[in-house]
Amino acid sequence: MLHIKDLYTAVDNKKILEGLNLSVNVGEVHAIMGPNGSGKSTLANILAGKEGYNITQGSVSYENENLLELSPEERARKGVFLAFQYPVEIPGVNNIYLLKAALNAIRKHQGKPELDAMEFMNLVKGKMKLVQMNKDLLSRSVNEGFSGGEKKRNEIFQMAILEPKLAILDETDSGLDIDALKIVAEGVNSLRNKNRAFILVTHYQRLLNYIKPDHVHVLSKGKIVRSGGPELALELEEKGYDWIN
Amino acid sequence: MSTNTENFEDLVKKEYEHGFVTDIDADTIPPGLSEEIIVFISKKKEEPLWLLEWRLKAYRQWLKMEDPTWAKLDIQHIDYQSISYYSAPKSKEDAPKSLDEIDPKLLETYEKLGIPLDEQKMLAGVAVDAVFDSVSVATTFKQKLADAGVIFCSFSEAVKEHPDLVKSYLGSVVPAADNFFAALNSAVFTDGSFCYIPKGVRCPMELSTYFRINASNTGQFERTLIIADEESHVSYLEGCTAPMRDENQLHAAVVELVALKDAEIKYSTVQNWYPGDENGVGGIYNFVTKRGDCRGHNSKISWTQVETGSAITWKYPSCLLKGNNSIGEFYSVAVTNNYQQADTGTKMIHIGNNTTSTIISKGISARHAQNVYRGLVKISKNANNARNYSQCDSLLMGDQCGAHTFPYIEAKNSTAQVEHEATTSKISDDQLFYCLQRGISEEDAINMIVNGFCKEVFKELPMEFAVEAQKLLGVTLEGVVG
Repeated sequence: MLHIKDLYTAVDNKKILEGLNLSVNVGEVHAIMGPNGSGKSTLANILAGKEGYNITQGSVSYENENLLELSPEERARKGVFLAFQYPVEIPGVNNIYLLKAALNAIRKHQGKPELDAMEFMNLVKGKMKLVQMNKDLLSRSVNEGFSGGEKKRNEIFQMAILEPKLAILDETDSGLDIDALKIVAEGVNSLRNKNRAFILVTHYQRLLNYIKPDHVHVLSKGKIVRSGGPELALELEEKGYDWIN
Repeated sequence: MSTNTENFEDLVKKEYEHGFVTDIDADTIPPGLSEEIIVFISKKKEEPLWLLEWRLKAYRQWLKMEDPTWAKLDIQHIDYQSISYYSAPKSKEDAPKSLDEIDPKLLETYEKLGIPLDEQKMLAGVAVDAVFDSVSVATTFKQKLADAGVIFCSFSEAVKEHPDLVKSYLGSVVPAADNFFAALNSAVFTDGSFCYIPKGVRCPMELSTYFRINASNTGQFERTLIIADEESHVSYLEGCTAPMRDENQLHAAVVELVALKDAEIKYSTVQNWYPGDENGVGGIYNFVTKRGDCRGHNSKISWTQVETGSAITWKYPSCLLKGNNSIGEFYSVAVTNNYQQADTGTKMIHIGNNTTSTIISKGISARHAQNVYRGLVKISKNANNARNYSQCDSLLMGDQCGAHTFPYIEAKNSTAQVEHEATTSKISDDQLFYCLQRGISEEDAINMIVNGFCKEVFKELPMEFAVEAQKLLGVTLEGVVG
C-alpha cells in the first residue's frame, strides 16, 4: 500500500533523508529503528504531510496515489494517521469535540453519514476500555495538563476511534513507564488486522517486546541500511547502533 | 431655570430669523451642528423643555471639548459639521424592493450565519408588507413583560410615558459632559432603548433590541437606559450577529445601567458593524460610552461583549462599585481583521466595601489589525477588602498585526487584592498541523482553536447568542491563514 522510492529531503539545506526506500504492504507491521538524528521522525512527518521539508528527489505512493501531492487533511481522510511524538496542547478545545470533528470529517470523505452525539459517545465508551483511558481526560482540553503517558494514551485512543489504514507511531514508547507501555502496546495489538498497516518509529527495542513486528529496518544517515525480521531488533539491542556503521 | 427658558425663547426667535425649522415635516436636515439643530431634533420628537435644556447644556460643554487622542487609534479627522444629525425613518419607496437589490456579499454572510430569509430582508432594510413571525412574537413578548410590570420601550416613548423615571436617571451614570463622545450623544441622540424592572421582579425573559421592532431606526446616536430596582434581575441582549445595513459612518452611543440594592443586570453585546473592506476603506467608527452603576448594596453588573465589526472601536464598558459587596464583571472578545482597530477594555471603580471585580479580555488580531486592551482598576481610599482579578489574553494571526495591553491599577486602600495576568500567543503551526492530521480542514481547525481561546467569554453569553457568536467568529476570520 505504501511505496517510498529513493527519497531525498532537506531542511534548511541540511540533508536528512538520502535515498530512502521502503515498501509496506497492507496488514504488516514495520519497525523503523535508528540512532538519534538518523531521520526517523522526519520520515514520519513527511508521510503525514508536515510543512517545512524540502523533498528534492524520490516518490511516495500510497494506495496508488502520489501521497506527496495530497494535503495533510486529505491524507488523514484517506487513512494516514500519525501518533505524535510530542502531542500538542490546544487550550479551550475539548478533547472529545476535536475527535468528533475529526471522525466526522473522515466519515464525510468516505461518504458515510456523520455520527450524532449519542452514537459518537457509544463508540467512545467502547474504545476507552481499550487504552484504559481515564474518563476525565475526555472532557478536558486537548492534551492540556496531561501527563506524558496520558498524552500518548490519548493518541492511541484517537487512533482506535479513527481506524486508519496506515498508522505511523512516532516514538510512542519514549517517556513511558512499563505499565503505560504495556497499555499502549495492547491498544496497538488489538487494532492490528489484515486491513491495517503500522509503521513503528522507535529508538529502543523495548516496545518490540510487546508489539511483534513483521519487519525491522535500521535507519542510519538518512537511509535504510539493514532490514530483517524481529531478530534484527534484538541483535541491535545487544550490539548497539555502532554495530551497523 | 429662568435663564435657560429665556435662552430657549431666544433660540426659537433665532430659528425664525434664519427661516429654518419652520418646516417641521422635513425628513432630513442639512449637515451641521448648532443649537438650532438641537432645538429642531427636540421639537421633532415633541420633547419636554427640561430635556431640550439638558441637550443644550451638553452641547455647550461639548463645544469646549476636544476629540480624545489618548487611545492607540489612527483616526482620520472627523468633520462634525459635515454630518446630518437628524433623518426620519426612510419611507418604503426608498427602501430596496427585494433582496435582489442587496449587496451579494452581505447576503453571502447572512447565508453563512444561517439567518432565515424573512430576517435577512428585515436586516437588509428591504420594504416588506407581510407581517413577520417575529412581529407576533414581539407582541406576545410585550404582553408577558407588561404582566410582570417590566417597562421596555424606545427611549422616545419612555420620555413621553415615563418622564419622571427618565428625568431622575438620565445622565446619572454617564453625565452629559462625561467625555467628548458622550457629550455629543447627549446633545443630539435620536432614540434608543429604555428599560425598568420593578422591585423584586425577575424579568421573565431575556430582553433583546432585536425583538423591539420599532427601534429599527435608532440612528447613529443611540441612548440606552436600564434601571433594575431593588432585588430585581434582568438580562439584556444588544445587537445582532448579522451585519446591519447602515449608512452612518460615525456612531456614538451611550448606555447607562443602574442596579439598586440586591439587583442584577447582565448586559450582552454582539457588535458586527461594517468593518471596511480588506484595504481598510470605509467602515463604521464606533465610539461608545457604556457604564454601569452598582448603586445599591449586593448589586451586580456583568458586561459581556463580542466585538467583531467596525473599522474603529473605542469602547470601555465600566462598573462603579458603590454598594457594599457589589460585583462588577467584564468579559470581552474583540476580533480585528484586515485594517480594523480596536481600543477597548473596562474600568472597575471600587468605592464600597467588599467589592469584587473580574475582567476577562480576549483580543484576536489578524492581518494588519491592531487590538488594544486598556483597563483601569481603581480602589478608592475607603473601599475596604476590594478584590480584582484581571486576565488579558491576546492571540495573533499572521506577523503584521499587533496586540497591546495597557492595564492601569490605582490602589489607595491597603486591604485591596488586585491580580493581573496577561498572555500573548500565536496559533502555532503545531496546533494547526495536529488538527489537519486528524482530517479536520484548515478553516475548521482555526475556528476550533480560536473558539477554544474565547471559551471563557462565550460561556458567559446566553446559550443562543453563544452559538451565533461562534459562527460569527468563523465567518470573520475566514481565509485568514493560508
